[in-house]
Amino acid sequence: MRRIRKTLILAALALLAVPALCAAETLTYSLPEETATLRAGPGQETAQDNCVACHSVDYIERQPPKMGRAFWEGVVKKMIASYHAQIEPADAAAIVDYLAATY
Amino acid sequence: MMSRSSRRTFLCASASLAVLSSAGRRAFSAESAQLGFANGDRPLVRYPGKRALIQLTARPPQLETPFSVYDEGALTPNDAFFVRYHLADIPLSIDPKAFRLEVRGHVATPLSLSLEELKRDFEPVEIVAVNQCSGNSRGFVEPRVGGGQLGHGAMGNARWRGVALKTLLEEARPKEGARAVAFNGLDSPVAPETPDFVKSLDIGHAGDGDVMLAYAMNGEGLPWLNGFPLRLVVPGRYGTYWVKHLSDIEVLDRSFDGFWMSSAYRIPDNDCACVPIGAPKGAMRPIERLNVRSFITRPAEDARIAAHVAFDVKGIAFDGGHGIEAVLLSADDGASWTAARLGDDLGRYSFREWRAELSLGPGVHHLKSRAVNRAGQSQPLAPLWNHAGYMRNVVETVRIEAV
Repeated sequence: MRRIRKTLILAALALLAVPALCAAETLTYSLPEETATLRAGPGQETAQDNCVACHSVDYIERQPPKMGRAFWEGVVKKMIASYHAQIEPADAAAIVDYLAATY
Repeated sequence: MMSRSSRRTFLCASASLAVLSSAGRRAFSAESAQLGFANGDRPLVRYPGKRALIQLTARPPQLETPFSVYDEGALTPNDAFFVRYHLADIPLSIDPKAFRLEVRGHVATPLSLSLEELKRDFEPVEIVAVNQCSGNSRGFVEPRVGGGQLGHGAMGNARWRGVALKTLLEEARPKEGARAVAFNGLDSPVAPETPDFVKSLDIGHAGDGDVMLAYAMNGEGLPWLNGFPLRLVVPGRYGTYWVKHLSDIEVLDRSFDGFWMSSAYRIPDNDCACVPIGAPKGAMRPIERLNVRSFITRPAEDARIAAHVAFDVKGIAFDGGHGIEAVLLSADDGASWTAARLGDDLGRYSFREWRAELSLGPGVHHLKSRAVNRAGQSQPLAPLWNHAGYMRNVVETVRIEAV
């Protein structure tokens, strides 16, 4: 038991020492795969095409349920006006319809 | 016998392997969590360097600390500390040797400092401070509001070690007329038109001696997702100011008017930072200092305990830097209150642990905790409301059953 713990501590120390020991080595980080998908419904493809460039679709899935059309209109408007998402007006309207009906 | 250099190579090689081995793996999601509000089901996902955390979003990553962690101690472990990003182009490759922190703008002596210089040439400072999201607990707001639907897990308390910003500014020597300091990190927007995440502090606050640049957290290097290799620590202020992967400090001769200060993270400009439900927003100001909060971490919600047998009640309390004066506990849904015993004082910006013992008759009981800080500020018994769901600090209730 004690030996195992000692080994673990040594392994942890070795990892901690990495930035200092590995001169000029670039460190990398790997994110887990994205798994969330949009709910099925009319306009799903338009939402997919326009939204996923900037964020995962769990941003949509996690919002409170049944917030209604005005809420989703506000969200899409914010994406365009504040975050400057390049969304065609026709697409924006279709996305609002889809979100209001599906979430 | 390995030579010194070959041993170094071996360590580097094995470390690279450790980092690479997690590449391309599917998100580990053995379990899920239910945060206690509608649509509050979340997957538990394990990221490199983190234990299984509650995933709010994947890109950019936003992860909550499971609430049981706050019962483990006053300091939140690095592998359990919550993660919050705004923009999806987060740094996934950093060369610590090539990394530079720039201090520039309205200064007499611009600085460009390596990590080694920051660690070697400046006296280290340490502070224990709570980092909490402006929207922590937003999922419990009624009526519901848009934004990250968080439970209580977007807060954490750590011992931060690094360099006082005051010391760096003294070295850079802001010129006459310096008014604000803007902070930028290595994360960027995906679309170039999206406003980059930049935050600012008044020059006086920036140089107050408490604001610091941390390269270590709880005795280890910063976890990648908490801002490796350097982050801003603004004790007493909401996490939005704690810029991660901090690489650029610009002193300005004007107030900063970027999107993340002038449009986002704003609260009603009144004493309660609240408005009547659904009322117009009215005048707004940037969010600033943490308000007073307390949580019961033990017993857990819906716990069953033995009737007429003494049991431990334990929790945490914190505020924006006055320090916690007292924590009051009620076992009768707020009808009567008694003072809990405060734990070790780790500083006025830290979680303060507290404890009490109770013995209750059979039946359902509602436990409540209410903290008071040294300025006499406390927590409201009924929730306050604002459009963004910021600064929730209502007295929390834990339901238990004695049998």
